[in-house]
Amino acid sequence: MELNIDIQILKNQLSIDDCYEFILDETCGGICLFIGTVRNHNKGESVKFLDFESYAEMALKEMRQIAQECQSKFKAKKVAIHHKEGKADIKDKAVIIAISCIHRKEAFEACEYAIDQLKSRVPIWKKEHLADGSYWINSRP
Amino acid sequence: MKLKCFGVAKDIVDSSLLTIEEQDLTTVGELKAYLNKHYPTFSQYATYQIAVNHSIASDDQIISQMDELAIIPPVSGG
Repeated sequence: MELNIDIQILKNQLSIDDCYEFILDETCGGICLFIGTVRNHNKGESVKFLDFESYAEMALKEMRQIAQECQSKFKAKKVAIHHKEGKADIKDKAVIIAISCIHRKEAFEACEYAIDQLKSRVPIWKKEHLADGSYWINSRP
Repeated sequence: MKLKCFGVAKDIVDSSLLTIEEQDLTTVGELKAYLNKHYPTFSQYATYQIAVNHSIASDDQIISQMDELAIIPPVSGG
């Protein structure tokens, strides 16, 4: 099972090809990729860039747990979750989730489950840099 | 004991590793009470959790010097 999971936190640009190649499987007919990208605005304010910080040991453990849940709940065959660390410019990829399943329905469901879980429980933090200052998301006074 | 600090917690305590000399903190709840007392800014920002050995801990969990402790502000990855 472990051989079918690829979890990484990377300072370099994330690679869609790396994730796709990892999860490609001869028994699977449905592949779903979710890509979270950095947008140039949030809540009416103009965003210049983001900074991602992680508690790497715990984040990798939680991401692996989420991938295993995708396998147990949705029969996912292979799961890749790559997350950015450090500075991310507008349009950069913040996260890639790639999942292969026998059929498409489970692939869509597993992908949505994985990103929802990642956003709610993986210890990674996003600092938003605006024209007039910077703020940790979800921690603004 | 030492606490790893991330995100807004790092800004509040002005360090990525907070050393606490207080000897009689035996539970996560007592640790939180200590933090709230010494760093009242925490309450202005957000709720936070404590991770013990890479897992989120409840207030009644026992802690020791051997544990890896971290302050976990609201996460915002993805």
